Amino acid sequence: MNDLTNSADIDYSCFPDDRGHFGIYGGRFVSETLIFALDELAEMYQRLKDDPGFQAEFDKDMAHYIGRPSPLYHAERWSQRVGGAQLYLKREDLNHTGAHKVNNTIGQALLAKYSGKKRIIAETGAGQHGVASATVAARLGLECEVFMGEEDVRRQSLNVYRMKLLGATVNEVQSGTRTLKDAMNEAMRDWVTNVDDTFYIIGTVAGPHPYPQLVRDFQSIIGREAREQCLAQIGRLPDVLVACVGGGSNAIGLFHPFLNDENVAMYGVEAGGEGVETGRHAAPLSDGIPGVLHGNRTYLMEDQNGQIIETHSISAGLDYPGVGPEHSWLKDLGRVNYVAVNDDEALAAFRELTLIEGIMPALESSHALAYAKKLAQSMSSDRSLVVNLSGRGDKDILTIAAMDGIKVS
Amino acid sequence: MTNRIDNTFSVLKEKNRKALITFVTVGDPSIEDTHKIMNLLVDAGVDIIELGIPFSDPIADGTTIQSASQRALANGTTLKSILSLVTRFRKNNKHTPIVLMGYYNPVFRHGIESFCSDATNAGVDGLIIVDLPPEEDSLLRTIANKDDLHLVRLVTPTTDEERLSIILDGATGFLYYVSINGITGMQVIDEKTIEERINFLRQKTDLPIAVGFGIKSSEDVRMIQKYADAAVVGSALVKKIEEIGEFHKEGELFNFVRDLSETHVP
Repeated sequence: MNDLTNSADIDYSCFPDDRGHFGIYGGRFVSETLIFALDELAEMYQRLKDDPGFQAEFDKDMAHYIGRPSPLYHAERWSQRVGGAQLYLKREDLNHTGAHKVNNTIGQALLAKYSGKKRIIAETGAGQHGVASATVAARLGLECEVFMGEEDVRRQSLNVYRMKLLGATVNEVQSGTRTLKDAMNEAMRDWVTNVDDTFYIIGTVAGPHPYPQLVRDFQSIIGREAREQCLAQIGRLPDVLVACVGGGSNAIGLFHPFLNDENVAMYGVEAGGEGVETGRHAAPLSDGIPGVLHGNRTYLMEDQNGQIIETHSISAGLDYPGVGPEHSWLKDLGRVNYVAVNDDEALAAFRELTLIEGIMPALESSHALAYAKKLAQSMSSDRSLVVNLSGRGDKDILTIAAMDGIKVS
Repeated sequence: MTNRIDNTFSVLKEKNRKALITFVTVGDPSIEDTHKIMNLLVDAGVDIIELGIPFSDPIADGTTIQSASQRALANGTTLKSILSLVTRFRKNNKHTPIVLMGYYNPVFRHGIESFCSDATNAGVDGLIIVDLPPEEDSLLRTIANKDDLHLVRLVTPTTDEERLSIILDGATGFLYYVSINGITGMQVIDEKTIEERINFLRQKTDLPIAVGFGIKSSEDVRMIQKYADAAVVGSALVKKIEEIGEFHKEGELFNFVRDLSETHVP
């Protein structure tokens, strides 16, 4: 904890340490059976991450399969309406498969290819990571099984069907709260059982080391592009970055390349559900405590006995009681501000962006938009704010329609 | 006083016998029932009792122990109520070793120092924390050892020689060999593999070796005891408890455990 006082002196690119620690967070809390597989993965990643051949393959897929770079779009009409800072949207929704998740699955699928393993598994909440995993599996001819909580299967039926069309098996998880955390439990049980021939593609910056690091590195393409695009379009770095945080992969992807730029402020927006004060939310950084779950030490939502409690959010992708360990560290350091936005505010932002800019955001991203709006209103019009539009909202149409009392058949 | 685990293994060694270790989830179906079951296990010949601390997210467990954990949590079972159960059990039983087995978060939340001293005072002899590998266990291990609690290390089919030396460095009590890649309650243990792995471990350590995961019947126990110092029966017993629901002496559960323990003869 001795480095907590002087966050300005930290070189953020040097973390985690070689055992996966970000300060007191992260690490590797798993069954002994998985240690060799994690060692193997960490070793392979260290070897490949600076390998020009591997990087060239990744860059090629990013350009020609995903369609990167994703645009940085100046939402002028929305900015005017909001009245304040200029709002820029990093359009991860325009990626192939419709969200930022695919940046990471391309990277991990390449690792799977190099490892020679023929089967991949993945957990998913909103289904975006599941779809992105099924997509890369189809392209590489790998067997793919996706674990998804029964509750999320119901909420995100379109994505379930997409995964099936892509040839993946969707395993409906019926244990616990039947959402993302239980899907991750079940995926880890599968991995420990089939570790010899299975590659586990974790979808967020959580899990045991080296996952938080490698997912961050693959997602950091978002921030690297945004940095260049800001310099080209605005002529300087942005004043503020805003992204939603469930596990936190899109947020870390945007933030990480800017962490050493002291003058860029950052806001991670958690799911406030029915309101942080009600206890019915999914905001561990706003209202949680450090603990150990899914292989890492991080902020968690738990009761006084250390049992993980049920989370609540309109958005399946944010409905998770933990968060990536690097976010926990950045919170304690004060480098990133973590805030929460309620279901209602997110829904309002969804509708506003759809009507004013003709862009339908995912409910997850709508949390970031709602907070960005509040922030922008307190800033002058010569300031700029970049929001990560992490995914598109097509998958949420049935949820929205149900709220409007409309049955879409 | 020497630790009851060390004591039990040395007494059994003198008698040229092998140990039967059984696992039950505390609070399934209730704390009171667990108390009765613990006494029943001792009467039926169990040498070491593992008490499962229920956790909301038991990633190393199959459906049997997952369900037991959920029932136990629904009953309000907590680390505190588990420790007070051990205290009550110790009033009439001073010799049977008790090992608490579970996941790190409830222990971490309780506070490492107070947990270790509370556990020792209650009469606990060892801990198995399934999601706490050697890299992360130094804090707990240091404090536990000071309190004469063994922090039992696990070895798996994927453990190679280099890894084994890390695991053995600081291992106390006994070594827990997880017989399969997988979660609790799965089938299929292969005798030849067990024999090879135990022989390999024997060359590297003098600690007693217990084998768990996938051991369901008295035949399984007998086979394991040919090679290892102890056989651990978990899910099969938890399943019986779920099915039977009555825990008096001479009942079905007693007979099931008696059958397992009668395989003591080497």
